[in-house]
Amino acid sequence: MNVALQVTCLNDSLFPDTARATLTLLRRLGVNVEVPLGQTCCAQPMINTGYLDEAVPVVRNFVDVFEGYDAVVTPSGSCTGCARHQHAIVARRSGDAALVAAVSSTAPTVYELSEFLVDVLGVTDVGAYFPHRVTYHPTCHSLRMVGVGDRPSRLLEAVRGIDLVELPQATECCGFGGTFAVKNSDTSVAMGSDKARHVRDTDAEVLVAGDSSCLMHIGGLLSRQQAGVRTMHLAEVLASTQVGS
Amino acid sequence: MSRTFVGMPPFPTAAAHALRDTQLRRNLAHATGTIRDKRAGVVAEVDDWEQLRVDGAAIKDHVLSRLDHYLVELEESLTRAGATVHWARDAAEANAIVATIAHAHDADEVVKVKSMATQEIGLNEALAEEGIAAWETDLAELIVQLGDDLPSHILVPAIHRNRAEIREIFAARMGDSGRAAPPDLSDAPADLAAAARLHLREKFLRAKVAVSGANFAVADSGTLVVVESEGNGRMCLTLPEVLISVVGIEKIVPTYDDLQVFLQLLPRSSTGERMNPYTSMWTGVTPGDGPQEVHVVLLDNGRSRALADEVGRQALRCIRCSACLNVCPVYERTGGHAYGSVYPGPIGAILNPLLKGTGVDAQTDSLPYASTLCGACFEACPVRIDIPEVLVHLRSKVVDGHRGDRRPKAEALAMKAASWTLSDSRRLDRALRTSGVARAALGRSRDRVSQTVPLPGAAAWTRARDLPLPAREPFRSWWRKQSGSES
Repeated sequence: MNVALQVTCLNDSLFPDTARATLTLLRRLGVNVEVPLGQTCCAQPMINTGYLDEAVPVVRNFVDVFEGYDAVVTPSGSCTGCARHQHAIVARRSGDAALVAAVSSTAPTVYELSEFLVDVLGVTDVGAYFPHRVTYHPTCHSLRMVGVGDRPSRLLEAVRGIDLVELPQATECCGFGGTFAVKNSDTSVAMGSDKARHVRDTDAEVLVAGDSSCLMHIGGLLSRQQAGVRTMHLAEVLASTQVGS
Repeated sequence: MSRTFVGMPPFPTAAAHALRDTQLRRNLAHATGTIRDKRAGVVAEVDDWEQLRVDGAAIKDHVLSRLDHYLVELEESLTRAGATVHWARDAAEANAIVATIAHAHDADEVVKVKSMATQEIGLNEALAEEGIAAWETDLAELIVQLGDDLPSHILVPAIHRNRAEIREIFAARMGDSGRAAPPDLSDAPADLAAAARLHLREKFLRAKVAVSGANFAVADSGTLVVVESEGNGRMCLTLPEVLISVVGIEKIVPTYDDLQVFLQLLPRSSTGERMNPYTSMWTGVTPGDGPQEVHVVLLDNGRSRALADEVGRQALRCIRCSACLNVCPVYERTGGHAYGSVYPGPIGAILNPLLKGTGVDAQTDSLPYASTLCGACFEACPVRIDIPEVLVHLRSKVVDGHRGDRRPKAEALAMKAASWTLSDSRRLDRALRTSGVARAALGRSRDRVSQTVPLPGAAAWTRARDLPLPAREPFRSWWRKQSGSES
């Protein structure tokens, strides 16, 4: 199977450990992953702020780079949702029939990491070891736009040594929302503060989620509050092993 | 008389004000949490809920695709049943029609059934200018009206008030417009309800004219439908001699049979009840029974504009259940007033710009951005309005409206720059190398910075949140080294 890793622009620039962990994990599971260096971003920052014209060349680059792979795996529910549902809107608006066709053939090959592991590789026990108290935040786009369901939880439950505790009001949005975090920063911070409070209530050492953007927001609040809670991407927990740790 | 939303600031400003009100946030979190749990429970009881949502959406879409046909059919069946049909293009026309009818009956007061359409057009304020007092009879609307307040929720307009505040309002204000509250009024819900009941009864028995909206209008029979919980609506619909119903043109369902879908969807979605306590249906005039003069004002007020928007028209499916408000994490923090409209929450964030048009004022243009696009509203909507999709669409209309600006906003310039950088990986490479240099300048030993950084929006971010520094080595640099790849 011809598999590509979509690193995501945020992981590339701010959280390279997440991309490295995804790569490590997939290789350990026997997947031969390519990392096309022509990739940049899924164009979500532009699309969700309403700059659809500005999104066109970025979407074009995305399909140019990823078209033809059997699967494109990304450690982001949000980028997966964007590729599956929003690229078509941008392509239609561009009036470029070739782009419309390329988007419709690429969109179904994009998988969020937990979907790829559970549905395509058919594994829930990825051989991870992570002896820490962990709580999991299901990010909105993973949950509602992509519909990953309980796949991340099943993967986490199979991790050896983990003490997985439930997050109160887990399915409520953390308040990141892309440029919402800046345009409506007061509301964003109010929502994120409630999320951070629920995280602290669990007494977890580590907050895990499948989107680095949400973790950046919640983690930024926890860090400012000196809450003593680390944030980690799901891929990093799943990549941890007894040997490597 | 109650205030209006005219002159409200854009959402971020109004929200910041609301967020500082700790009591408001507690009231809202408690109330929305309670309704949310109730709704989840009763929705789970219905095996074919998803099919009902699909059916509800399909019926509404069908009507919207042939609205001209169904409006003519409704007018004919209403007229046949003895009602008088009026057409109103906008708020001013609708208000003038209602005032003229009231004047014709020498009425200096009307009783009102809770209605979003009449709030949308500011009917109470317009009637007041004509010397006609409009009395709200829904308990929550009464609280808002007596408190000289603004509604903050579609279904529970006084959701932002707790019972102690309500007791204060009743004790201080009931006497101004009728029977005063008893001197020893407590804040027990039963006592508050009893005071409202006595106060309202006088108004029901006195009024010659009633004003209502309609939840549904059945095209083939000319039947109007109002669903409610308190029975005040039924009093208004049956006691006065004259009934005036202001009905948005999107409220049509083709036949009586179609109602069964919505009468299952609406109460469970709105109040979390299996069935609403009162369902009133009336078809024109019945000699010797109920109002002997029935007027129906069919209201456009921007609905044609919304209908012309291919992506946005799905908002006209809305049955005003307010399920989207109760699940919205933004609404739960800010309350309804921040949206500057009688339609708050996720549906208000799309309905207001669709009815008024984008580019009209900064307040309306701020609404499509009053969401994190978390999708909880779409999941809850009983007629499957894809609110996140419409929000993004309306954001693009707001952005497009500014493309000709002589001085583009900083955001537009940033997005253009991002588009240029992100449409070619070599440009991204260079940008990431630059950010590595910036990291060195900002302090190389720490993983997160909290001080101000020279990036657009950084100050709004770092006020309460730490910001991660650019990676010491971007992933692509690391990958290139370890794979020896130049591809």
